[in-house]
Amino acid sequence: MNIYLDLFTTFFRTGACTFGGGYAMLPILQRDVVENKGWATDEELTDYFAIGQCTPGVIAVNTATFIGYKYKGILGGIAATLGIVCPSVIIITIIALFLRTFADLPAVAHAFSGIRACVCTLILNAALKIWKSALIDLPTALIFVAVFFLSVLWGLSPSILVIVSSIIGLGFKRARGWNT
Amino acid sequence: MMLYLRLFAEFFCTGLFSIGGGLATIPFLQDIGQRTGWFTSHELANMIAISESTPGPMGVNMATYVGFTTAGIPGSIIATAGLITPSIAVIIIVASILRRFRDNKYVDAVFYGLRPASTGLIAAACWSVITISLLDIPGWQADGQLLTLFNWRCLLLAVAVFLLTRFKPTRKLHPVVWILLSAAAGVLFQL
Repeated sequence: MNIYLDLFTTFFRTGACTFGGGYAMLPILQRDVVENKGWATDEELTDYFAIGQCTPGVIAVNTATFIGYKYKGILGGIAATLGIVCPSVIIITIIALFLRTFADLPAVAHAFSGIRACVCTLILNAALKIWKSALIDLPTALIFVAVFFLSVLWGLSPSILVIVSSIIGLGFKRARGWNT
Repeated sequence: MMLYLRLFAEFFCTGLFSIGGGLATIPFLQDIGQRTGWFTSHELANMIAISESTPGPMGVNMATYVGFTTAGIPGSIIATAGLITPSIAVIIIVASILRRFRDNKYVDAVFYGLRPASTGLIAAACWSVITISLLDIPGWQADGQLLTLFNWRCLLLAVAVFLLTRFKPTRKLHPVVWILLSAAAGVLFQL
């Protein structure tokens, strides 16, 4: 299959299957992009999510552009991005035309309770998959714990947490003389 | 024509200045509604509810909906295009810089701190979905009973999915299979 078409359809599927925010797309990307297609590694995916947090725009779009660009340059980035947004445009337009009370349907609310319960587990699985490569020593473990609690308890902005952690990482490496 | 251009420009700015995901676009959208009169805050609340209960990134869903409300189907496409254009430009610049400096020791050190932070944010996102779907914190605060803290049937479903994604015959199933089965379970058991 044409590479750009492959990028488009893969991300189209991801867009159509992502319920509830950018992080819900992580387990789907791990399966499709990392395991099935080999376009990126789990670590790269983690990096792209973090960069997507502190660059402008929607995280899912940023991640799609990143993977597409890395695999096939600027056109690849655009193909992946169009893929991820197309299902939204189609579905929302249909709902806006015919089903403005969609969110109030009891069946939708029940289905979403089920989906959210499932998404908890899928995101947990995604986190378990990458934590070995991210938490490699004491400083990185401390950064993980600090970011988790600062985000959960004080609701600190993810972009600030990512930037500060990067600076701390830089400081640690420098203090240790750039080795390891 | 002017309306389309303005729609594109408004969403271009939203995409350029909202940092940190779909929810970050909401204050910008409120501001657009107030300044232009394209939609009321009540309509915006409806759009947020629908964006949250449909597949796809929430920011994109919002842009499509607002664009459609303002200028029909062309509006939905133009608003979405406006929202994603800054992302594409910025990410391509960042990615090309990273590609050039991949083996640089400073870049390497930045990623050393960035990766655990990213993992921490993923864990935090997981926790926030748990608090809204598996736990009933307001109910628990009201009566102090440990039994009301957990949303037992949803918890059971989450645990079942956790076990099945480790069980050898079902481990290789695509995540979407679990999402669809859970949606069906939600409707079936009135979760």
